[in-house]
Amino acid sequence: MYPSRFRYEAPRSLDEAIGLLQTGGDYAKVLAGGQSLVPLMKLRFASPELVVDINNVPGLDYHRADSDGTLHIGALCRHADLERSDLLKTTQPTMASAAPLIADPIVRNRGTLVGSLCHADPQGDWASVVLALGGSVMARGPRGTRVIPLADFVTGPFENVLEPDEIAVEAVIPAAKGARSGGYLKLERRVGDFATVGVAVAVETTGENVTRAGIALTGVGGSTIGATEAAAALVGGPLTADRIAQAADLAAQAARPRTDHRGSAEYKRHMVRTFVVRILGRGPVAGERAAEERAA
Amino acid sequence: MSQALDEIKIGGLGASRKRVEDNRFIRGKGNYTDDITLPGMLHMEILRSPLAHARIRSIDASKAWDIPGVHLVLTGEMMATRNLAWMPTLSYDTQAVLATDKVRFQGQEVACVIADDPYIAKDACEAIEVDYEPLPVIVNPEQALAEGAPVIRDDKENQQNNVVFDWEVGDAAGTDRAFEQADVISRLKLHYPRSHPSPIECCGSIADFNRATSKLTVYMTTQAPHIIRAAVALVAELPEHMIRIISPDIGGGFGNKVPVYPGYVCSILASILLERPVKWIEDKTGNLISTGFARDIYLSGEMALRRDGKILAVRMNCDSDHGAFFSDAQPSKFKIGLLHSAFAAYDIPVAHLTDRGTYTNKAPGGVAYRCSFRVTEAMFFQERMMQAAADDLGMDQAEFRRMNFVRDDDFPHRTPFGFLTDSGQYAKCLDVGLKAIGYEDFRREQAEARKQGRLLGLGISTMTEPLGAGNSREYDILGIKMFDSAELKVHMTGKAIVRTGAKTQGQGHETTWAQIVSHELGIPAEDIVVEEGDTDTAPFGMGTYASRSTPVAGAAVAMVARKIRAKARKLAAHLLEVSEEDIEWELGRFYVRSAPDRGVTIQECAMAAYSNMPDGMEPGLENTAYYDPPNLTWPFAVYIATVEVDPETGVWDVLKLVAVDDCGVRINPMIVEGQIMGGLTEAYAMANMQFITFDAEGNCVGSNYMDYLLPSAWETPGFELHSEVVTPCPHHPIGAKGIGECAAVGGPAAYVNAVMDALSQTGVRNIDMPLLPDRVWEAITYSRDVSGAPPVRSDD
Amino acid sequence: MTIVYDDTETQGDVPVRRIRFTINGEKKIAEVEPRLLLAHLIRRGLGLTGTHTGCDTTNCGACTVLVDGRPVKSCTMLAVQVDGHEVSTVEGLATASELHPLQEGFKEEHGLQCGFCTPGMMMAAKALLDSNPDPTEEEIRWALSGNLCRCTGYQNIVKSVLWAAAKLRSESAG
Repeated sequence: MYPSRFRYEAPRSLDEAIGLLQTGGDYAKVLAGGQSLVPLMKLRFASPELVVDINNVPGLDYHRADSDGTLHIGALCRHADLERSDLLKTTQPTMASAAPLIADPIVRNRGTLVGSLCHADPQGDWASVVLALGGSVMARGPRGTRVIPLADFVTGPFENVLEPDEIAVEAVIPAAKGARSGGYLKLERRVGDFATVGVAVAVETTGENVTRAGIALTGVGGSTIGATEAAAALVGGPLTADRIAQAADLAAQAARPRTDHRGSAEYKRHMVRTFVVRILGRGPVAGERAAEERAA
Repeated sequence: MSQALDEIKIGGLGASRKRVEDNRFIRGKGNYTDDITLPGMLHMEILRSPLAHARIRSIDASKAWDIPGVHLVLTGEMMATRNLAWMPTLSYDTQAVLATDKVRFQGQEVACVIADDPYIAKDACEAIEVDYEPLPVIVNPEQALAEGAPVIRDDKENQQNNVVFDWEVGDAAGTDRAFEQADVISRLKLHYPRSHPSPIECCGSIADFNRATSKLTVYMTTQAPHIIRAAVALVAELPEHMIRIISPDIGGGFGNKVPVYPGYVCSILASILLERPVKWIEDKTGNLISTGFARDIYLSGEMALRRDGKILAVRMNCDSDHGAFFSDAQPSKFKIGLLHSAFAAYDIPVAHLTDRGTYTNKAPGGVAYRCSFRVTEAMFFQERMMQAAADDLGMDQAEFRRMNFVRDDDFPHRTPFGFLTDSGQYAKCLDVGLKAIGYEDFRREQAEARKQGRLLGLGISTMTEPLGAGNSREYDILGIKMFDSAELKVHMTGKAIVRTGAKTQGQGHETTWAQIVSHELGIPAEDIVVEEGDTDTAPFGMGTYASRSTPVAGAAVAMVARKIRAKARKLAAHLLEVSEEDIEWELGRFYVRSAPDRGVTIQECAMAAYSNMPDGMEPGLENTAYYDPPNLTWPFAVYIATVEVDPETGVWDVLKLVAVDDCGVRINPMIVEGQIMGGLTEAYAMANMQFITFDAEGNCVGSNYMDYLLPSAWETPGFELHSEVVTPCPHHPIGAKGIGECAAVGGPAAYVNAVMDALSQTGVRNIDMPLLPDRVWEAITYSRDVSGAPPVRSDD
Repeated sequence: MTIVYDDTETQGDVPVRRIRFTINGEKKIAEVEPRLLLAHLIRRGLGLTGTHTGCDTTNCGACTVLVDGRPVKSCTMLAVQVDGHEVSTVEGLATASELHPLQEGFKEEHGLQCGFCTPGMMMAAKALLDSNPDPTEEEIRWALSGNLCRCTGYQNIVKSVLWAAAKLRSESAG
């Protein structure tokens, strides 16, 4: 309940923030939403020496699409902004499905998508969504700016490739070439629960044919799992029941779940399969979380 | 022409009077323990064991002492020099205050730090170095009783194994004979998982020893301040008259705030040593991992049945898991609480029950959480067995229950385990419930849905329970009888104050006790203030838990008000200059029988008690009543749930929940309904998502709100409540029965039976609570029972 | 507001930060350690004990306050983060002479029992009604799904918020 002592700085520009991180010594953390970092600090699972609070840096709270459809989400764009976003509801079905399912409504007022990606919690929902969409993280540091595909960004549970003096400033979702469809389904027993299983599916079609697909899994492995083989199985053909079933099987095989108090490994694999089918086939939804339908 | 006051208007019985306590709570002006600050107050944090079973080789607190702002570091060794390392429990066992030789459950208290503020205290806890030598861990009774199992309580002189007690009740031989006559024998085994009351407010205390006055004042989250005063007098060897326990506002109790916890004891000792107030407020992890849990019992039963559905006998053989110390807060004669209240509503001639209690490497407890002393376990198992038996017989669930009910004219009825039930209209409640749920229509809908592969289910649960512990012949805690009390003082202007030995934690006593006084004396409820919780001013009582307050303290309020009315009658006679035999009473007023227009109000009588007494009468208008109930009260309820189960995911949703509660006379219908809805929600939580379990190493799964799941407003279903059936309690002064726990007692089986009904084609007999999606899916997919008992399944 | 420490060697050197903020309309200055949680600034520093703490994993919502009008869980925010911001707690709901309709509604509809979750619940509900004056039952349950209650079963909380919404609408219409 009580964090250990730390130094605190609240810079007013990105350059100032980066400069502070450079002086940060062994262990500095960036504070944006704080809805993952502060709980860790309260339990003393994280004890940074320096906390760099970027909430006073202007111009980071945006989310917007370029004319070609590339979506940019700033470091201080809150989950709640994305939940309310008409832009997402009309152009980003997978993201719009996921936004209402992040944590709970109050946490969503502070937490950020970019912060969630950086936190790299294997139970993080956004990571699956962004991975399925082929998204990237833009980082800025003293050596300049670089864009890191999410698949390369996370290196393990709670580990990312950012240098100690780099800040993630934006998440980028590449423009779609075809028509977008897809969604995010999360088996949570209660609002705010970690996902027993989460599945993000993002598909682009031109006419009947799937031209791009991404499937990523939450909570069924040591980190977010990109089910690349499963996604590949959808590309180059129509979304028939057979092709969907095949992709669903491959996705289930890609999962590496553990048997624990949330369920058996077998059950979790089964749920991966079930969710892939439901997202793509929009089959019967008895007992499904109503929230993701609200977002659709 | 009657001049009686309108009882509802003045806030008497039956008025849904808005609550007095709300006035401060809605303004954020509640006075909870952590809200209180005393001059010079210090803060205490507890260091807890990360291991479930380990010898303590050494504790080095030197770095903690060095941290600026630290005033005291307490260890078991220091407690031991003052004979305080161990304390007696409410069940005649002993419990470690701070560990000395071993730790016996994960989360057990090992040391505590008292510092200027809790942040520093936590820093210092982190700096204490403890060297542990791990020992083998026991997480269920089977392991506890296995050959070669380590003895957990090797601190007890004659303890050779992990058995706490063996207990039985009923007629073994008669039951065996009845089973020989059975046409059908129905069997069921299940585990009622460990659960935790988890009120939102955690436990805490502020101990304030004043050296100048030698008085110890302790503000604390306790549902039973007088029991605590007695316990502190015993444990700390301080004189009882120099101990004052003040229970301020409590943010929910549900039984969690009855036991004496090590944190309280440490804060008291620290205050005595430092001569400053010491505040200890635990965090949620401490609360979930170490304080009074509930249930964790393995229930196995058999029912002997005649072919036509008549129950001939019942056998129950149980194993209860009490954790590392036997500290249940329950009447001392009943080792497994009132588990033997099972089947009280059904006319069964003979039965037998056994229970073996075992020690395990888990937090101590078992009785808590809205359970009425294990009646939750009794009624849950009863209704699960009724469901299974009806299925085995091929009978309709409702009709099987109806034919076995105790009939309205069979009261008083002696249950096979020796309880005496005294009133009820069971069949009528069932009728109301079946109509409200649309029973016939639902069965048709269910059959249709099945053809489309949809699984709908309906579950019935009934319960009656002994509430209002209890009569002095049978009920005591540590030898103290379980009466309760009320003191009423009427001031000269007719306003009044009533104090009782109960302690509300949200049940609305400040509102409802005034309503009883209103009913008896005609004083408007708003003219009556209610106080509870300060042992210096409140009459002695055993506190509020097990739904005992309306039955016992409420009765005391009625009785003391009647004593006041009897004296007021004499004053009225004096004022009206007639003899007492000529006086009649109507609400708020005494009048002359032969001249009804001549009368005096109760307020005029009050004034006379101070200014115009008859010769020889003691002045004043106040009295105290101690109430020893002749019997417990027996509310009855029928809960019916309908659900839909998604066979692909195992997720189930509640379609409708109907509750028919007969709790006799309702003092405040609005408050009664609030209690029922709260209980139905806890029932839903237990059935759906909420439990504590352990892995093979004794790590507690469910020690924070990410793992111990409470439903939010989004998951919780709506409830349809019925109050048409009212069977007054024949012995209670105002005909009321207890109600606070009924829905938590009877509710879970409604939900579970509904899901099992939806799965009836799979042949699955039992899924342990909570019915998590993965368990339901496994049952459907493999047509097999699913257990939830610890240790948690893993890949290893 | 003043915080006084024993002037021991290292204690006196603990770095604190000076922050300026508004609490229920009143301007304040505070000197706080960076690690102080906002909930503790409110409860201990300001003595406003209506905001409660109930868990250690940001779940229960008993600590909910409004920061710049948006509900946040004050146990998961550092006090230093409200520098330059406006904080509203339950103590600021009523005016000198009148209760807020939410407070009235909770009393009218028996939306509280022990009262511990109530301030947080009302603050979350206030934020809902500020942006959605006519919510459905479903919208209310969704908006309050970050606030846990153990006593009421939520049904009366929903009714309380509906009562308040109706009163607020009639006040603004009338």
